[in-house]
Amino acid sequence: MSVLVFIDQSEGQIKKSSYEAASYAAQTAEKLGTVAEAIVLGTVADDLAALGNYGIKKVHTVADASLNNFDAQVYAKVISQAAEQTGADVVVFSNNTSGKAIAPRLSVRLKAGLVSGAVALPDTSNGFTVKKSVFSGKAFANITVSSAKKIIGLNPNSFNISTTGGTAEVAALSVSVDAAKVEVVSVNKVNGEVPLSEADIVVSGGRGLKGPENWNLVTDLAKLLGAATACSRPVADIHWRPHHEHVGQTGLAIAPNLYIAIGISGAIQHLAGVNRSKVIVVINKDPEAPFFKAADYGIVGDAFEVMPQIIDAVKKLKGVA
Amino acid sequence: MKILVCISKTPDTTAKIAFADNNTKFATDGVQWIINPYDEWYALVRAIELKEADASTVLHLLNVGGTDSEPIIRKALALGGDEAIRVNTDNADPFYIASQIAAVAKDGGYDLIFTGKETIDYNGSSIGGMVAELLDLPYISHATGFNLEAGKAVVVREIEGGEETDKAALPLVVSCQKGMAEQRIPNMKGIMGARTKPLKVVEPVAAESYTSVASYDLPPAKAGVKLIPADNAAELVRLLHEEAKAI
Repeated sequence: MSVLVFIDQSEGQIKKSSYEAASYAAQTAEKLGTVAEAIVLGTVADDLAALGNYGIKKVHTVADASLNNFDAQVYAKVISQAAEQTGADVVVFSNNTSGKAIAPRLSVRLKAGLVSGAVALPDTSNGFTVKKSVFSGKAFANITVSSAKKIIGLNPNSFNISTTGGTAEVAALSVSVDAAKVEVVSVNKVNGEVPLSEADIVVSGGRGLKGPENWNLVTDLAKLLGAATACSRPVADIHWRPHHEHVGQTGLAIAPNLYIAIGISGAIQHLAGVNRSKVIVVINKDPEAPFFKAADYGIVGDAFEVMPQIIDAVKKLKGVA
Repeated sequence: MKILVCISKTPDTTAKIAFADNNTKFATDGVQWIINPYDEWYALVRAIELKEADASTVLHLLNVGGTDSEPIIRKALALGGDEAIRVNTDNADPFYIASQIAAVAKDGGYDLIFTGKETIDYNGSSIGGMVAELLDLPYISHATGFNLEAGKAVVVREIEGGEETDKAALPLVVSCQKGMAEQRIPNMKGIMGARTKPLKVVEPVAAESYTSVASYDLPPAKAGVKLIPADNAAELVRLLHEEAKAI
């Protein structure tokens, strides 16, 4: 019996959401009176022994270069072999795009109940129940898993990373790796930008900004804060901003530490995607904008007058001339 | 080309989320039901476009749900599709649902199976991957673009911080999201035609359920907004730094 966590990497670097999943797996293992181990696929440049600092006892690697080409089918088969060899009863993923593609396949292979979108450690006091986000962030459901094996997909930014000190043992795992049926033709990443789902701070703009030419108000602040940028649905629909920036019920649901909404009225569908943010700031000239009801801090004012003041104040705070 | 699009019934995006029976059931009073937006706007519309580009394409819709799913199935048929299949069950466990879809798809000879990337009620993102594994097919999730080139699928999918272009042979399972297609409104001809399209009802096959909802919680209410005067916006930055410790 053990807890196995899938450590997701991109271009040889471990994703931040994987450290959250590692901490989550370690604390789940502690609750179950067992240890947490990790599985890493493909060639990774990061120091894997350092995963010990997040409570991982052993890191299993399959450094097959063909695994740098992501195919959920191949990944699920390899992870299911790892789960069998390590005797894992619980497998933890980050509920990011890779986790969402692999975990359901693994669920079928291991006959394991899957809870995706978990936001808290499992409650093991009476069975095995995991709290997850439902109704696009408007509520939570406590899901009881009845199968012997369980899979949990942890929502990014929902669980604090905790460091314990320590070094993990790193060992190669002997598994068979199938040829991929999905060929990755090209990867197009926006370099230097923080992925929206993993960002601590998100600066977001709506129709109140009047046009894409004014987006420097959003991007300048985001750059100063090391934040990701986002937008409301109408803004993506009229192509002021790319689709992948759309947060809300039918876009991406995010849970950053700080969400700053500029010129967004806060329709219920938008709130659904952002209401798990820890601190919400709303800047809108309409005092009746529904977003103010969901906000922690607000400024009723014209973004074109307010934002330059805020950008100046952040520059002073950060010591930027 | 034969395409299967899986559609799910979800509450309208503006529905009030409340719970009944000691927080164990979603309160459905006054709730409007819709086709899950990801299934309708992206999976179904893209499939309709593929059929429009090649008239020999056969397009089937599949819903796993009770009789109360029939209005949304008719609405989907009004947008397009040749016929619909409903697997008659109210079981909401993802593995159980995926097993029903796989049972229908197994002998259907489908080249493509489209789902939405997730439903807007349970947000599971589970069905596509489970169906693919049950059928031993490749799976591309979170697709924002789909094209056929020389009999192969070329799919653009979202990854953290960017996008990836993949190529795969058919048959294939794809979960769809924003970017795949644009929302359509059914026209009168479609609505009239949908009434006479076949809607087959089949009984579920035996399958396991691994999960159940024990209870629901609503998030705690916010304490109330702290308003900062617009002419002193720098104060917001001080509060975020010193009080909220968020920057």
